[in-house]
Amino acid sequence: MVFRIPVADRDPFASPGRACGLFVAGFAGFVLLLAGLERLGLPESWLGSLLVLGTLAAFVAIGFLARTTRALDYFVAGHRVPALYNGMAGAGSVISVASFVGVTGTLMLLGYDGLAWVLGSTGGFVLLAILIAPPLRKLGAYTVPDVLAFRYGGTPARLVGVVVLLASSFLLLTAQFYGAGLVAARLLGLPFEAAVWIGCAVVVLCTVLGGMRALSATQVAQYVVLIAAYLLPVVLVSLKTTGLPIPELAYGKAIAGIAAREAQMLKDGLATAATLKPYLQPFTHMTPLNFFGLVLCLMTGTAALPHLLMRSFTTPTVRAARSSAAWSLFFVFLFFVLAPAYAAFARLGIYTDVIGKAPGALGSWLFGLGEMGLVSICGRDAVSAQAVADACQGAAGYSGVIRAQDFVIGADAVLTAMPAMAGLPFVVIALVAVGALAAALAAAGGLAFAMAGTLAHDVYCRSVVSDAPAEPRILAARIGLVLVAAAAAAVATMRPADLLTLVAWAFSLAMAGLFPALVLGIWWRRATSLGAILGMVAGFGLALFYILVTRYFPQAGVAHFGMTALADPTTGAPLVDVARAMADAKIAADIPAQATNPLQSKVGWFGLSNLAAGLPGLPLGFLVIWGVSLIGRAPPRDLQASVMESHTPRGHPVLLQRD
Amino acid sequence: MASPPTASQGDDAHWRRTTSLMGLHLGLWFFFAFVVHMLAPVLNKVAVFGFPLGFYMATQGAPLLFLLQLILFVRQQRRIDREACVAEDEF
Repeated sequence: MVFRIPVADRDPFASPGRACGLFVAGFAGFVLLLAGLERLGLPESWLGSLLVLGTLAAFVAIGFLARTTRALDYFVAGHRVPALYNGMAGAGSVISVASFVGVTGTLMLLGYDGLAWVLGSTGGFVLLAILIAPPLRKLGAYTVPDVLAFRYGGTPARLVGVVVLLASSFLLLTAQFYGAGLVAARLLGLPFEAAVWIGCAVVVLCTVLGGMRALSATQVAQYVVLIAAYLLPVVLVSLKTTGLPIPELAYGKAIAGIAAREAQMLKDGLATAATLKPYLQPFTHMTPLNFFGLVLCLMTGTAALPHLLMRSFTTPTVRAARSSAAWSLFFVFLFFVLAPAYAAFARLGIYTDVIGKAPGALGSWLFGLGEMGLVSICGRDAVSAQAVADACQGAAGYSGVIRAQDFVIGADAVLTAMPAMAGLPFVVIALVAVGALAAALAAAGGLAFAMAGTLAHDVYCRSVVSDAPAEPRILAARIGLVLVAAAAAAVATMRPADLLTLVAWAFSLAMAGLFPALVLGIWWRRATSLGAILGMVAGFGLALFYILVTRYFPQAGVAHFGMTALADPTTGAPLVDVARAMADAKIAADIPAQATNPLQSKVGWFGLSNLAAGLPGLPLGFLVIWGVSLIGRAPPRDLQASVMESHTPRGHPVLLQRD
Repeated sequence: MASPPTASQGDDAHWRRTTSLMGLHLGLWFFFAFVVHMLAPVLNKVAVFGFPLGFYMATQGAPLLFLLQLILFVRQQRRIDREACVAEDEF
């Protein structure tokens, strides 16, 4: 045996199949019990609260059972998580609440162009498995900055890595708490802020005692909950509308229905060619550059985000790290292939149940969302049939029925609207919300731990893996975990940008900052420390610059950095009249730009939206590392030998040999 | 545990095969991730299972191909490691 570890006393991965089966059976029983109680007339508020509290209590209990005081267990789960479960936990980290709520909504709203998220979230695992995960496992590092410090000679590279890791992870963690707050507040009827703090507390409770080992176990459970919660409504709706319980196949009918209905709506005057963008037609909401830019950002970000990379540190072997990435892709695939079906059923439901109906014929689900400000008809929140009728009386060309251009639904509302529209029982709707919560917690746990681990290991101890006393390091990680989780929750309560924008920015920062240095460090012996440090700073800096300028200082972007208006993808016309906006003193003085500023996120270079902000930074990072490395002296021979050795699975972890 | 071969000849062969496998799969990845979808407006004129083909490739086709590709990659790389005697011992 290559790497002998003493058997842990309460290792959840000693018999993972039994533990996982027990959880699945228990959770299924719990949901069935609640479904029975709904039949008996238990009020909805009780059902929702019971489901949420029961599920959260189970997660916390799993985290508590997996507690540990050993550094190897705490930081890398003792290298004992089998590939399948490691992959499942990794999938739990990727399918964040932003995917669960945001991608579902975006797919419904944008049609084809929303599929950038599906492609980007799945294809990244190919890069991860081929380029990065196996050699990282062979190195035997504890954190991503550890890898950089080893490969690029010490503290400066480590610190640059820490900055990129903290920046990208913090943005993502904020998005998770924000999403968890939205979902839990709606389901439990709590104030948004309280819901955010509950999410934060659960993340800390799950992870603080058991570190990576507890995180791995809870993420597996959270994946089970989220996939079940997503699968159930879409299978039921598929069965109801097409008679086939396999949504992946059945929604071909829904797709055909959407196309037919769109043609019909145009003919009946329920939609105008100018406002209705066909669901199946590519590049109507994003130009090809922005579509493929976003795809590349999501893919390279998946292969460079530390909370996903740290999953390659926990497997027993190098080969398991490789197959774990394949398993992750399998579990992520299950979700992301379902998401377009979910969205298509929602789209078809809106086309048939809302568009072309009189206000009096609308379903009550719609008014519930209207009260939360998530659905507006004719420019006003749709709180009741009367309110809708009143609002539409004044609309131009209104003929008594709702037209496509009158109806606006928030992306966040689609997830719960779909099962409600189909008239599914309340337990199913509550279960979907609990699934979203589980997705938020799984991703948030991973992110919080990636940051806490790096604060303890790279900032506090600044040591490569060694058998130094474990207590101070674990204590530092526990304190760090509480601090980062609380800080991100505090930012989330201020309701920053929308979910998917935060996610896209985080992926962009990781892509431009870490991806070139990791790939070249692993595959190119000649890459030097100076090259890597400058490359990381340049790539990360350019991505950050692009986000900040286009979003918050677009005036400066236009005046000093040669930015121009983005183009409308269908007509090619500029989205905003830059010259007129700049001439307006009020807009020019609006620094940093408010949400009302017409220039905000509407300017850029070559028509590149800031959703793909990492795109210019990626080639810049590669070029700088390449150029500077070639000018400088080659790295020492023994380091070059270690780089080669990281590609041969057999033998001890490279970092351990060097100690 | 058999000691790994130290002859640089064996290492070179392993490295060469590993990098060319990497190149092959990166090419496949690039094709499924980008090239296919650039053709989406054209592919949409063909229908499979009731889906326009361009739309189908982006919702299910490409993710499925990524998955199959990775399963293949894991097997191929394992074989390369074994044949160069650098694979890990079976547990």
